Amino acid sequence: MSVVVDKPRGPALARRAWTGFIRRREASVLVVAIALVVYFQASTPLFLTTDNLRNIAQATAPTAIVAVGIVFLLVSGEIDISVGMVAALAPYLMHYAIDFYGVPAVPAIVLALLIAAGIGLVNGLITTRLKVPSFVTTLGMFYLLYGILLTTSRAYPVAVPASAKGDVQTWLGAGDWASLSWCLLLVVFFHLVLTRTRWGLHTISVGGNILGATEAGIRVNRVKVGNFMLVSTLGAFAGLMEAFRINSIDPNIGGGTRITFTAIAAAVIGGTALAGGSGTVIGALLGMFVLAVLQNGFNLVGVSANPFFLIQGLAILVSMIANQYLSRLRRAGGS
Amino acid sequence: MADALRVEGVAKRFGALTALQDVNLHVGRGEVLGLLGDNGAGKSTLIKVICGFHRPDAGRILVDGIEVVLRSVDHARSLGIDTVYQDLALVNELSVYHNMFLNREHRIGPLLNNRLMRRLAEEHLREMGVDIPDVTVEAAKLSGGQRQAIAVARSVYSAARILLLDEPLAAMGAKEATIILDLVADLKARGDVAIVIIAHNYAQALQVCDRVAILQQGRITFDRPTAETSVAELTDLMVADYRGRRRAAPG
Ligand SMILES: Nc1ncnc2c1ncn2[C@@H]1O[C@H](COP(=O)(O)OP(=O)(O)OP(=O)(O)O)[C@@H](O)[C@H]1O
Ligand SMILES: [Mg+2]
Repeated sequence: MSVVVDKPRGPALARRAWTGFIRRREASVLVVAIALVVYFQASTPLFLTTDNLRNIAQATAPTAIVAVGIVFLLVSGEIDISVGMVAALAPYLMHYAIDFYGVPAVPAIVLALLIAAGIGLVNGLITTRLKVPSFVTTLGMFYLLYGILLTTSRAYPVAVPASAKGDVQTWLGAGDWASLSWCLLLVVFFHLVLTRTRWGLHTISVGGNILGATEAGIRVNRVKVGNFMLVSTLGAFAGLMEAFRINSIDPNIGGGTRITFTAIAAAVIGGTALAGGSGTVIGALLGMFVLAVLQNGFNLVGVSANPFFLIQGLAILVSMIANQYLSRLRRAGGS
Repeated sequence: MADALRVEGVAKRFGALTALQDVNLHVGRGEVLGLLGDNGAGKSTLIKVICGFHRPDAGRILVDGIEVVLRSVDHARSLGIDTVYQDLALVNELSVYHNMFLNREHRIGPLLNNRLMRRLAEEHLREMGVDIPDVTVEAAKLSGGQRQAIAVARSVYSAARILLLDEPLAAMGAKEATIILDLVADLKARGDVAIVIIAHNYAQALQVCDRVAILQQGRITFDRPTAETSVAELTDLMVADYRGRRRAAPG
C-alpha cells in the first residue's frame, strides 16, 4: 500500500487503539475478567492469594482444555455434547488397560486418548456421511458412553492404578500447577493452529461457507471429522488430568453434561459464534476464567452457590448481546 | 495437437431432473469458448462437471487428449483446471488475501506465510487494476464487484491451463468488466491457456470469444466461430427457443 498516513497523535491514537481493541473478539470478555478480578479483590483479601489462585487455575484448566476443542468444532459449524462423557470414560479406559490387561501406564494413557479419538471419528462420520445433525449424533453418543461407563465400572469409583502414580500422576495433573501449565500450553498451541495454519483456515472456511469451501477443493468432511476427533481427544485428556488431580477415578468426573455445557458457555462468552466461521481459543480461556472466578469469588464473599447459575446464565446472554453489538461496531468502524 | 479440453457425451441428472444430456464441447489452447444459454440451461452444471465438483452420469472428459476421471476439485486442479464459480466461493470471515489463496496457501513449514500471501495479493490486484485498498479486511466488507474481482484474480493467477469462468462479469461495472475482458485477452494471447467463459451479455462475449456455443435445456444446440455469428443472431436464437416453447405449450 502506497498511501502515506501521518502518525496519529493524542486523541487520534487513542481512538485507533480503541478501534483496534474492540475489533478483537476477545475484547469484551477480557474487560469482564479484569473487572471481576478487581471487584473480588476489593471485596476480600483472600482473593489474590496463591492458594486461591491455584483453586481458580484448577477449576479453569480442564474445562478450558475442553473448550479449546469446542471452539474448533463450533468454528467448523458443528457441536459435540458427548465430550464430557469421554472425559469421564477416559480414566476408566486407562484403569482397565492397566489393571485388567497389564498395559504399562504411559501406553495405557495413550490408548485411552486413541480410543477417545476413535469416538470422535465415529461422531464425525455419522454426522458427515450419514447427515445426522451433530447435536443429535453426540446426544446419542453421550448416552451410549454413559451406559458403557456405568455398566463396565458398575458406577464405582476406583483408585488411580499404582503404576500410574508418581511422576506420571504429578506431571499429568497432581502437581500444583500441572493442569494450568497443560492448559496454557494447549491454548497457545491451538491458538496458533486456528490462526496461523492451513487447518485453522480451512476450519473457518468450512464453518463460514461450506459450499464455497467445497468448491475451493477443501475436503470439508475431513476437516469436520478431524475437529470431532480433536474435541474428543482433548476431552479425554482433561478427564485424565482431573482423575490424577483428585487422585481417584470417578464416574462423576466432568459431572455428566456439566463440563460440556460449561466449555460451550466459555467458548460462547469468549466470542465464538455458534453459527460457525469465527471463534477464538484465547477468548474461550478467558471465558472459562470468568466463569471460574465468578464461582470462586461468590464462595469467598460468602454468597451462597445457588445464585451462581443465575449469574452464569446472565453472563452467557449478556456476552452474546455484547458480541452482537461489538461485531456490528467492528463491521461499521475499523479499517 | 489434441484439444486442451474435450467433453464427449456428458450427461448429468439431479434425481428426476436431467440437467445435461449428450453434451459435446472442445476448447483448444489459446482459444476462448463463450458458453451462452438461458437461466437453468445447465451452464453452471457443465462447468462443475468439468472442474471435478460433480461426477457426470455419462460421457468422458479428455485433457490434452487423455481421458480423465475427475475424483475431486483438488484432482481437477492438479491437472491444471481452475474455476471461477458463479457463487464466487468466497469465505466472508476470511481476509481478502486468505480468500485469494484459499486451499493453495503459501506456507513456511506448518505455518501460513501471511506476509508473502499479502504481498502477492496486493501485487495481483494492482496488476489487474482492481481497487481494493486493504487486502487484510474481511471479504464480507467488499462490494459485489470487488468480490467478483477477488474470485477472478485467484483463478487467473493460479497458473491454470484450463480456466472456467462462470459469469465473471455479472456484478461488474463497465470499467471493471473491461478489466476482466482484457485479462482474458491477455491470457489468450499467451497461447497456452484454454478458456471457457459463461456470459449473458452477448456483445461482451463476442468481444473476447473465438467460438460461441449455446446450451439449451441441457443440450448444446449451437457451436460456431465468433466470426460467423452476431449479437442479433444469438439473440434471435434464444428468443426463438422461448417463442417456440410458448407456442408448444399453450395456456
Ligand atoms: N445441486 C443441484 N441439485 C439439484 N438440481 C440442481 C443442482 N444444481 C443445478 N440444478 C438444476 O439443474 C438445472 C441447471 O442448473 P444450472 O445452475 O446449471 O443452470 P445455469 O445454466 O447455470 O443457469 P444460470 O444462468 O441461472 O446460472 C436447473 O434446473 C437447476 O435447478
Ligand atoms: Mg449458472
